[in-house]
Amino acid sequence: MERKPLLEMRKIEKSFGSVKALAGVDLELYPGEILALLGENGSGKSTLMNVLSGLYYPDAGQIFLAGEEIIIREPRDAFAKKIGMIHQHFKLVEVLSAAENIILSDLENGALNRKKIAAEIGALAERYGFDLDPNKKVYNMTVSEKQKVEIIKALYRGAEILILDEPTAVLTPQESARLFAILEKMRDEGKSIIIITHKLDEVMTLSDRVLILRKGARVGCLNTKETNPKALGEALVGRRLNLAIERPEVKTKEDCLFVHNLTCLNQSGREVLKQISFTAAKGEILGIAGVSKSGQKELCEAITGLYPVSGGSILLRQKRGELVVDENLVGMDPREIIRRGISMAFVPEDRLGMGLAPSLDIVDNISLKNYRALPGPFVDRVLPAKMAEDLVQELEIDTPSIRTPIKRLSGGNVQKVLVGREIHSAPELLIVAYPVRGLDINSSLTIYRLLNQQKQAGVAVIFIGEDLDVLMSISDRLLVLADGEQMGLLDPRLYSKEAIGLMMAGKTQLEVDKLIEEDRLADNSEGQNVTYTGANIYSGEAE
Amino acid sequence: MGKNLEQQKLLEQQQSDLGAQPDLRAQDQVNFRRSKPPLIHIVKRDPPSQLKAILVYLAAIFASLLLGALLVWALGHNPFSVYRQIITGSLASATALKETVKMAIPLLICGIAVAIAFKMKFWNIGAEGQILIGGFASMIIPIYLPQLPLLIKLVLMALLAFFFAGLFGLIPAFFKVRWGTNETLFTLMLNYIALQWVRFLQYRKSWQDPGTRFPKIRPLSDAEVLPKLFGVHIGWLFALILVVLAWFYLKRSKHGFEIAIIGDSIQTARYVGMNVPGVILRTIFISAGIAGLVGFFQVAGADSALTDGTAGGVGFTAITVAWLAKLNPFVMVLVSLGLAILQKGSISIQSTMGIPASAANLLSGLILFAVLGSEFFLHYKLHSQKRGPQRFKLGGRSELKAEGEHQPYRKESK
Repeated sequence: MERKPLLEMRKIEKSFGSVKALAGVDLELYPGEILALLGENGSGKSTLMNVLSGLYYPDAGQIFLAGEEIIIREPRDAFAKKIGMIHQHFKLVEVLSAAENIILSDLENGALNRKKIAAEIGALAERYGFDLDPNKKVYNMTVSEKQKVEIIKALYRGAEILILDEPTAVLTPQESARLFAILEKMRDEGKSIIIITHKLDEVMTLSDRVLILRKGARVGCLNTKETNPKALGEALVGRRLNLAIERPEVKTKEDCLFVHNLTCLNQSGREVLKQISFTAAKGEILGIAGVSKSGQKELCEAITGLYPVSGGSILLRQKRGELVVDENLVGMDPREIIRRGISMAFVPEDRLGMGLAPSLDIVDNISLKNYRALPGPFVDRVLPAKMAEDLVQELEIDTPSIRTPIKRLSGGNVQKVLVGREIHSAPELLIVAYPVRGLDINSSLTIYRLLNQQKQAGVAVIFIGEDLDVLMSISDRLLVLADGEQMGLLDPRLYSKEAIGLMMAGKTQLEVDKLIEEDRLADNSEGQNVTYTGANIYSGEAE
Repeated sequence: MGKNLEQQKLLEQQQSDLGAQPDLRAQDQVNFRRSKPPLIHIVKRDPPSQLKAILVYLAAIFASLLLGALLVWALGHNPFSVYRQIITGSLASATALKETVKMAIPLLICGIAVAIAFKMKFWNIGAEGQILIGGFASMIIPIYLPQLPLLIKLVLMALLAFFFAGLFGLIPAFFKVRWGTNETLFTLMLNYIALQWVRFLQYRKSWQDPGTRFPKIRPLSDAEVLPKLFGVHIGWLFALILVVLAWFYLKRSKHGFEIAIIGDSIQTARYVGMNVPGVILRTIFISAGIAGLVGFFQVAGADSALTDGTAGGVGFTAITVAWLAKLNPFVMVLVSLGLAILQKGSISIQSTMGIPASAANLLSGLILFAVLGSEFFLHYKLHSQKRGPQRFKLGGRSELKAEGEHQPYRKESK
């Protein structure tokens, strides 16, 4: 069966400075299919889609729509060609309602018939199975609702080709499944969909074909049915891979951080953390799971003295000579924590905004934390320079020199500098927030290895992550947060991904346990003897 | 095949459903320009080498001089003779040279003052007012303690100038760290308060010049002013020492390090346990204090008096000095001299050729615009798409097959 492609991109080239982001990439998209665009960070997948949606203009190459060459100079041109892109960072006006956001793009048409528009939006939502209140304001919406608004916005503009940039990064497993159902429905109605992702299992479940990019070049295009995740992963990085994440067992665990009833209010007085209680132990990785903005950031910053605490206590067990002292960190700022000689390291979520000074070089960024230590009015740069050299070698940081401003390094290398610096301070407690965000598979594996090394060296590690699969395979225990509340503190070996997903969506561990129990009884009554992992709860309900 | 046809039909039906959309091809024909690729588009480039950057800046200065020449020519003068007059009028005679240096001193010192704040991304636009407060504070000593010996008097004057101006600068800094107010507007507004304060003093009995009934503050006698070295008041030596000190302060000291980090990211500064409000207050005290010293040098050196024209726009021109020098104190020596040459030269063209002195301001504005604008070419380049020879046949494939690369995937079936 010879099908004619709806869209073709030919020999697309795009450079940023001396970096060739795209070196002549081809892409073809057929009507009524879901094409997964798979690639590591920096492979050019986002750049390619930005070319298609008009954000970038290619240095060379052509784009054909239904056999005819088209020129896309800016996003408006892409809309006109019925190409819609849903970006990772939503582009919505917070104070407007869903419906208002959707018609914003269409204001040029002149008359504004709200009734007719509402009806149209309603029809679209119904057709594809969205549940969305068109009058809800965006600032009241969850991430997944915002995403729906973005998708309907694109459809309302008449998009026939829909591009989604890592749409599941911010969703719970259940929300992802619902999104996939909607996308499949669209495909069956003849729309063509490109989904950018680096999750292999998503490619396998959702896509019809998969196009793999590596370092700005196309390495292959396969039918999903004819491949498997391992082969895809290897095509992705260009060599054989061991994707398994280890969970080394440490014999002697020793509790060192005791958080009790921790409550934090944000500036407008809303509770962003509600009575969180847990302990972290040396020789253990405590994972923290939750959809984004569930209070993870506030939790890390409260412990490290950067966020004001409104209630509860944070005790850190310290050895003071012969004595063992539980020092309460509440009310201390980072300066005070450092002054008391409390050894704690923190790799924040926003690396360039918080952990590092982007226009300073590696040496200066390494001396950030201890420039005060030496006496005298001048900054010592000799010792940090040596440390920087060591770090660059040890962690294989790719940089022209240790004097290069940090903002010129790639995301993975920036993270290596930050993690390296924090680990180098030999902490007792290491908190890492989203340490592999934006990193390619190789760099991610390096980071996981470093964390496990720290754990084995007797450090208490707290790991805030977004990829539930990773969290479940690296953590010894897992704390699940939803909207600032503690949903569960559990052993990830005993729960299924779906069960944890339910907690991320706001069900408590007790409720989930009950569901599991009910399911098990139901299964048993059917005479099946299964050890239940909670795998089928999610097909039921989750709202 | 059947399924495909169905899909095609569905697609067509959907397109007719969305009939409100005008036919795209028709739209293209109307809007012809849009269907063509852009002639050039902007592309990011790697940061250029230092030499290349300097060349770009020089080219920009040259271009702005050329533009200035056009302007002069349009006014009916010969650009060459005007430029020659600017140079000879500011450098050719000993008197002219001394005047030029005298003009460069406050620009240099004040450029350093604002650069220290700018490095922290604190936009201190209030140097003008800080100069006036410095001038006012240094006059306190000769007005109330006229009998002190000269050396002690001058040292006290300088200290008071620094201290008062520093306090004056602390007002916007305090509001900024406490309530997050905008320092640009705040410092700008304080300029007018300082100016009115000096004007008020002109009417006060104890400050007024006893020899006149005009609103005028008592000038300093010849026995009360700064000594001269090579014909110019000693401020120039101080300015050069300050250049070296400022460089070490910004580049090597812990204070300078803290300033750079806060300028880069306040969150990071907090994260590493820095006392951010403290550093901001300290830095602005120093920045404003140095601006206050400009007031002292103007009062005790250049003008021998405090007037409402003591600052005379130096506080604003200093911003140009700091930016053109990219906050580097050593480069500021050159820039302040260059701007002083322009200013002195323009006075000279006004008297000899009848061209308004504001032409010099225009020219320095052009230079600033061109140099800062030329940074665009350091970060971006213009690119036109390669086309023509590379037209691709539809359906062609271009798959990467680098040598020795591991290719575990199956080949696509056609």
